[in-house]
Amino acid sequence: MAQAVSQNDHGHHDHGHHDPQELKMLGFWIFLITDVILFGTLFATYVVLHHNTAGGPSGADIFEMPGVIAETFILLTSSFTSGLAVLAMNKGKVKQLIGWLVVTWILGAAFIYLEVDEFAKLIHEGHGFSGSAFLSSFFTLVGTHGLHVSMGLGWMLLLIIQLSRRGINDVTRGKINVISLYWHFLDAVWIFLLSVVYLMGVM
Amino acid sequence: MLENIKQFASEFFVTGDPLIYGADVSIALVTIAIFAGLTYFKKWKWLWRNWLTTVDHKKIGIMYILAAIIMMFRGGVDALMMRTQLAIPNFEFLHPEHYNQVFTTHGVVMILFMAMPFMFGLFNVVVPLQIGARDVAFPYLNSLSFWLFFLGAMLFNLSFVIGGSPDAGWLSYPPLSELQFNPGPGQNFYIWGIQISGIGSLATGINFLVTIIKMRAPGMTMMKMPMFTWSVFATCVIIIFAFPILTVTLALLFLDRFAGGHFFTLDGGGNPMMYINLIWMWGHPEVYIVILPAFGIFSEVVSVFSRKKLFGYTSMVFAMMIIAFVSFFTWAHHFFTMGSGADVNAFFAISTMLIAIPTGVKIFNWLFTMYRGRIRFDLPMLWTVAFIPAFIVGGMTGVLLAVAPADFQYHNSYFLIAHFHQVLIGGVVFGYFAGMYYWWPKMFGFKLNETLGRWSFWFWNIGFYVCFMPQYLLGLMGMTRRVSTFDWDTGWGPLNVVSTVGAYLMGIAFIFQAIQIAYSFKYREKDTTGDIWDAHTLEWTIPSPAPEYNFAITPVVDSRDPLWVEKQRRAAGKLPKKDAKPKYEPIHMPSNSGIPIVFSTFFFIAGFGFTFHWVWMAVLGLAGVLACLVARSMNDDEGFYIPAEEVEKTEASLRGTL
Amino acid sequence: MSKKPGSRLMKWVVLIVTVLSLALTVWALFAGTGNYFVLNPKGPIAEGQRDLIVISTILTAIVIVPTTIIAFIIVWRYRDKPGRKAKYDPDFSHNNLLETIWWGIPIVVIFILAVVTVRYTYALEPSVALKSEKKPVTIQVVSLDWKWVFFNPEENIATVNSVTIPEDTPIRFELTADAPMNSFWVPQLAGQIYTMSGMAMTLYMQADHPGTYFGSGANFSGEHFADMRFDVNAVSDADYRAWVEKIKSESKPMTMETYQSLAIPGTAEKQSFSSFPDNLFQQLVTKYLPGGLADTSNRATHTTPQTEINEKESEQGQSDMGTDTKSNNEHDGLGTDTQEGSNN
Repeated sequence: MAQAVSQNDHGHHDHGHHDPQELKMLGFWIFLITDVILFGTLFATYVVLHHNTAGGPSGADIFEMPGVIAETFILLTSSFTSGLAVLAMNKGKVKQLIGWLVVTWILGAAFIYLEVDEFAKLIHEGHGFSGSAFLSSFFTLVGTHGLHVSMGLGWMLLLIIQLSRRGINDVTRGKINVISLYWHFLDAVWIFLLSVVYLMGVM
Repeated sequence: MLENIKQFASEFFVTGDPLIYGADVSIALVTIAIFAGLTYFKKWKWLWRNWLTTVDHKKIGIMYILAAIIMMFRGGVDALMMRTQLAIPNFEFLHPEHYNQVFTTHGVVMILFMAMPFMFGLFNVVVPLQIGARDVAFPYLNSLSFWLFFLGAMLFNLSFVIGGSPDAGWLSYPPLSELQFNPGPGQNFYIWGIQISGIGSLATGINFLVTIIKMRAPGMTMMKMPMFTWSVFATCVIIIFAFPILTVTLALLFLDRFAGGHFFTLDGGGNPMMYINLIWMWGHPEVYIVILPAFGIFSEVVSVFSRKKLFGYTSMVFAMMIIAFVSFFTWAHHFFTMGSGADVNAFFAISTMLIAIPTGVKIFNWLFTMYRGRIRFDLPMLWTVAFIPAFIVGGMTGVLLAVAPADFQYHNSYFLIAHFHQVLIGGVVFGYFAGMYYWWPKMFGFKLNETLGRWSFWFWNIGFYVCFMPQYLLGLMGMTRRVSTFDWDTGWGPLNVVSTVGAYLMGIAFIFQAIQIAYSFKYREKDTTGDIWDAHTLEWTIPSPAPEYNFAITPVVDSRDPLWVEKQRRAAGKLPKKDAKPKYEPIHMPSNSGIPIVFSTFFFIAGFGFTFHWVWMAVLGLAGVLACLVARSMNDDEGFYIPAEEVEKTEASLRGTL
Repeated sequence: MSKKPGSRLMKWVVLIVTVLSLALTVWALFAGTGNYFVLNPKGPIAEGQRDLIVISTILTAIVIVPTTIIAFIIVWRYRDKPGRKAKYDPDFSHNNLLETIWWGIPIVVIFILAVVTVRYTYALEPSVALKSEKKPVTIQVVSLDWKWVFFNPEENIATVNSVTIPEDTPIRFELTADAPMNSFWVPQLAGQIYTMSGMAMTLYMQADHPGTYFGSGANFSGEHFADMRFDVNAVSDADYRAWVEKIKSESKPMTMETYQSLAIPGTAEKQSFSSFPDNLFQQLVTKYLPGGLADTSNRATHTTPQTEINEKESEQGQSDMGTDTKSNNEHDGLGTDTQEGSNN
């Protein structure tokens, strides 16, 4: 008797099989919301603490803008090249896709190199993570973004391997769409970082 | 050499108290017994294949609930130890140091490792079935969420025997929880136990949100969703916005302790008040996270057992979404006394009171669902009916606490303790019990014994009031929370005795429940109808327990109470008898995976390494975590199909219509 | 189990357990010598808070009591029983009028309660000075692990776990912590306020009658938190003078070393001191700022460190300061207006 509900209709439905790529895309968007909250909390922490230098240096004393501007330029370019990668994918050109991913990867790695270099300099000058509340929150906020970019680099490497093995199919296409979204997101976060931390810091 | 080992062991293992040795021995014996049993009965393979690697939401749900019941036992024993210590003035049953550990672990275990998994268990068991889906959106992620929760909980509980338990309160306010005042590993266990399971909770929030948005049966619009599913939706929205804050807050506290950061320290420009703000920005929504699903359960149960449609469906949905939204703007009512000034206090007092409005509306709607109904008092309904007065009183005292200037007198007193236990037990625990009794037949195919259930019910309810009503008075007498003992001259003794008696009555009630479950397993009567309560929603249209693919044929829905309408139509003869043989199709299923448990184990190892500052172990664990991520990414297993013939056979045997 | 769910044995057991619990509760209510401090205030602030507790309880009871009664009636009337005659209407699931009513009632009640709350929030704001003909007496309070230290800067005396104040005189408590955060609570005189390192909080209170009032730390601060009790002795002006003289003549002075040994975690007996180091309270408030007591790079300078101490209130030499950016003084104007109304 309980079966009746399911008997109403069964002709014109795709036997309950939802498009997994569509689910993943929505899931990833929601994940990005959580990541926005995560960065939002870190930004709030930084804003609260950035005056608490405990007698140590402030942002204006230690930020070196040329490096930061180079980082910005590199990351923005990498966002553009990741967009070109998606365009190539949509045209079905595997080699072109992999090529643009490699370019994006190199730019991302350059960004990380510059950031690590900046951090190393600061630490070398005695302005390490545990110097003051300002420094702790600065390293954590910027470092978390850097960690996100690094995770993205690792992931992109895996995708390049997968693409070269399997070519473009539904699964890899979904993955490329997701990582490109992620990459643009990190770019947007960096713009906020640049404004809130660096530009407002040196002003 | 031997001396060194001795020295290490005496610091590594918790020692010094006969209670702890007793617990150590029993934990060791139980662990050995489980391992020996699994080996003797050759059940390891079975365990691995059917449970540890499963991605089936129904099995994951059962594991969540089982873990929650075990944690309820642990948290309950903590509670009884506290109540024993407080029964007599100047009692020396627990040393203050142990008392502090016990109330800390009681709070953490009950909220994060009892209420949360109980809730996730019910999500898992019910939501896909209620919306007519084959599984959740991401079955693999679901399994990962469970194992992260479970191993996080185990890491936290490990502190009982290794290293020492955290003792800075369930929210661990700095500076007390900072290295300066709390150098031991207990606080690190706290951070990593909660962090690991919290990541799992976040993933569950994403998972169920996508499931509900994307995987509802055809015809089930948002405003035709069952109320429990609505409550899960609202809860997941809160989880999405609240849990990242917890993740960050704990990470910063850890950086302070591990890497010499200055986020919440006293020196170096740190700001402990920021922690208190952040933790409550998560912590207050968290209590709505656990209560909203209980509201959903009550809505389901009250309409089924009153044989009526739910009253005021639209109001209910709006009320729930309003609560979800406003819950993010009330956090500062947890520290009206921190000197934020009258403007801030007035704002948060009003925002907190606002919550009472939608909550009151919900109560009226439940009452008017029963109005002109025919109320059956099966166990789920008993708990629902008991919830109403408990929550009315708890809600009322909640409004009283929201009155900021008066809160200067209630804050940190037993008045507060009484209030939140009244809403958390009377609301959350009663709700989850109602849900457990209601959906138990769907999980296991048989009902839990009614008589034993009623014994437990009465002991719970009497104990509940006997335990907590005196605590309101104790608060007005100036008794502050978390005192490990008090003098005779305070005059708090007699009411504390009453409260302790109440706690033990609840302990007896829990024993009845344990017996009830064991008894019902042994003497179970198989439910062959699949619709044992004469219910209204989709999960009751399929056999109990549900087959692994849930719905052989995806249902199509055209009302809020599809099964109820169906039964009415059938009774009125408006539906054709089931003559046409349904046409089955192959069903796509996800494959089991061992990665989630391995991944979580590596995370556990990393957490343990960080706890003891063993960097090599932490690095090893994190490397394992990364390796699992890589393995998952490179894995292109796309699941398998159950052939149509097999579906047909299973359906025929389950429904007894061969 | 073949027995009916609600067996006779169960009914008896439930009845007996309930009756015994009630009897025990009644015994406890009479056996306790306990004073319901919060409901038995001895000063204007605590009285205002008590009034507010009563008002808010009545306001909420207006909704709660009828709701509970309705709940019992509905559950009783519509329980399923053979031959039940009460109306059964399974499709009765929506009624605009009814739903408007129960959105409306709580909105009205909460609105009234909100208005009352906001008025009292400003009136009872702890940092607002009490209206009185007498000049307020300032007492500085430091919470330590696990004891309370009271400095009386006007008399230059100090006490531990006990403080004596003149009755009918506003007392301006300035509070900080030199240990994990705590909360200073004298329920019969005023609600609590947190004590936190690096900041000075202000809490006004006044005792209208002489007496010894129960005080305790209310916010958990570690192992022996339960021992953080103290007495507030309110005495007549004459007795207050005599008490001050007695301390001055009979007690030893508190040196920096004495304070440092007090600050070591542990419990303490009641003590008194005939003097205390200059500006010690301010030094503790600014302890973690650059140049403060905790600044190891700067140990030599033992003078008052450079800080952002608010100099506006130089009369007391101290004010709500430092890292607490939310200055409490801004409410003075608003507060004093409404103060009278609530003080009865």
